[in-house]
Amino acid sequence: MAHGAGGKASRKLVEGLIVPILSGQAPPSLGDAAHVQFNGASLAITTDGFVVKPLQFPGGSIGELAVNGTMNDLAVSGARGQALVVTFVLEEGLPTPVLEAEVRAMAEAAGRAGVSIVGGDTKVVEHGKADKMYITTTGIGAPLPGITVDPASVLPGDKVIVSGPIGDHGITILLARGDLDFEADLTSDTRCVLPLVEMLAATAGPGIRWMRDPTRGGVATSLNELARDCGLSIALEEELIPTRDTVRGACELLGLDPLHIANEGQFLAVVAPEYAQTALSALHAVPGGEGARLIGEVREQPAAAVLVTTRYGGSRIIDMLVGDPLPRIC
Amino acid sequence: MRFVDEFRDPEIIQKTAEEIRRLVDPARHYRFMEVCGGHTHAIYRFGLKDVLPSNIELIHGPGCPVCVLPMGRIDDGLSISKDPNVMFTAFGDMMRVPGTQGSPLEHKAGGADVRIVYSPSDALKLARSHPEKHVMFFAIGFETTAPSTALTLMRAKAEGIRNFSVFCNHVTIIPAIRAILDSPDMRLDAFIGPGHVSTVIGCRPYEWIAVNEHKPIVVSGFEPLDLLQSIVMILLQLRAGEARVENQYKRVVPWEGNKAALRAMAEVFELRPYFEWRGLGFISQSALRLRDAYAEWDAERRFAVPGVRVTDPRAAQCGEVLKGVLKPAQCKLFGHECTPEHPIGALMVSTEGSCAAYHNYEHRKELVKSIQSAA
Repeated sequence: MAHGAGGKASRKLVEGLIVPILSGQAPPSLGDAAHVQFNGASLAITTDGFVVKPLQFPGGSIGELAVNGTMNDLAVSGARGQALVVTFVLEEGLPTPVLEAEVRAMAEAAGRAGVSIVGGDTKVVEHGKADKMYITTTGIGAPLPGITVDPASVLPGDKVIVSGPIGDHGITILLARGDLDFEADLTSDTRCVLPLVEMLAATAGPGIRWMRDPTRGGVATSLNELARDCGLSIALEEELIPTRDTVRGACELLGLDPLHIANEGQFLAVVAPEYAQTALSALHAVPGGEGARLIGEVREQPAAAVLVTTRYGGSRIIDMLVGDPLPRIC
Repeated sequence: MRFVDEFRDPEIIQKTAEEIRRLVDPARHYRFMEVCGGHTHAIYRFGLKDVLPSNIELIHGPGCPVCVLPMGRIDDGLSISKDPNVMFTAFGDMMRVPGTQGSPLEHKAGGADVRIVYSPSDALKLARSHPEKHVMFFAIGFETTAPSTALTLMRAKAEGIRNFSVFCNHVTIIPAIRAILDSPDMRLDAFIGPGHVSTVIGCRPYEWIAVNEHKPIVVSGFEPLDLLQSIVMILLQLRAGEARVENQYKRVVPWEGNKAALRAMAEVFELRPYFEWRGLGFISQSALRLRDAYAEWDAERRFAVPGVRVTDPRAAQCGEVLKGVLKPAQCKLFGHECTPEHPIGALMVSTEGSCAAYHNYEHRKELVKSIQSAA
């Protein structure tokens, strides 16, 4: 299961097995969506599978995630999603109203995101061979003009921005599973981040070096991937990282690190220092972007690592997530 | 956030760090052992070594229950999970700890019914809701977690729930500290005493350390300021030539401990004559087992357990690291064969294990320093 948790094991599986066989060569740096040339035009394409449990949770559901997730992968690759196709894998015996609710959720999310769902496929597997329903969405998008997302363009001195508070989705799901006997006033952050990305592109386009939506594995895993791809250090200041008290509290109780917790409606951006303030003000001006913060910067050392500095001068290296985040008890 | 932010206040932390710098004798090298794995984790997570003077060396103690559990016990517990009627339950801490045939998570991937629970009472809840299954709780932990196992067993007995059992690996902290002090290659100046264990056992059980071994011990909380204040208290004792038990964690730890919890433990558990600790070997009267009155809920008596003894891979130096004789990076396997993704020793598995903490937070920093100094 660790291979699906978004951290080190996932990356090893993709880079060590899947990519070499499919592309016949060593993996290039893996972005959220591929940009391919087609009939002289550039086209962004990506796909994502959704297996969240429970299907519905405070603030969202699997259908909504399936639209937003793929739209976000396109957005942070620097593209506006134009069309989605969807595959449902349904477990035999799934009540029709459950399916209907998710199809409606997809339609609403697609309406909000301004994307059409233009095709799809449905498969039913025997009872017990799937967990209620899985959804895969594939999206194509048009590149946003004037921006390039490339880890190789990241330079020391660049600033790291996060679009809002981290960890809401992962902690919401953990609590929604009902294994923990505590409740919190918290909802998933699932949303389409395209309006934020578009505003960023319009105001600070030439300053954008890199973007990523820190889903499974959290902010720490995304930034470690960047650090490795660009060979530089990402230095974060812990007190600047926006985290709700509810998320912090749950993490303190469970022995988890908010930096390893999944997000579904946030993105990270690395921008040239002279654009940092413009970028931040631009994000603050978009509804839902008020929580954007500058959380750190790119440095030369320690190479290929993410360093978190605490308020009183201590520091720690934070690695990618290894396996699933398991709560510590003793 | 209350009860957290006050103890991470940068201004007070800086002041306390200054006080530490004022109190240390620059000509002296100090060796303090933090007994508890929670402290080890906090020291790395908050980067406290950056704040302390370089002549204070913190040595990681044996207080990580996952780390001291010998592989054979994991194999024994997992052998029961091979029965398709058995549901194996354990804390998240246990899930990646390798036995010789793999970890609980790997057994789960192989088809065993393995589930994470957050407390033993959740395991009992599973037994109530799955009467067709036998739910076994693989219990680990020091006196911190033993009372909740005891209370769960008392409830199982009172309610007559027969499809539930406990595979008991509970250990006690005092014999482990004694074993560390008896180790001839160990020179320590003082102890940072375990915080959570002491909420149950109180501070009295440590008095022999002060009286007989003449070493200060300060029971400490887990926030940065707690640990720094405990170091101040230790330094003040050393300066005055004293050795006392002190309680820094008064907001949580009562001097006399938690009598209700101790009563529950006494009702359900008795001491084993001896128990094997990973890295420390057999220590007499250092672990708990279920009393005869609870035999029906004792997994070791209900199931045929092979009782295997597994020695650690010879090249692994877990024992030396566990006793604080070696730093994690001094082990031959550290960072090469033994990593958090492929742990060979349990110290690399739990985030409270000193090897994993060192690997996650510290090792690469030192690597960077060594590269920089070479260049």
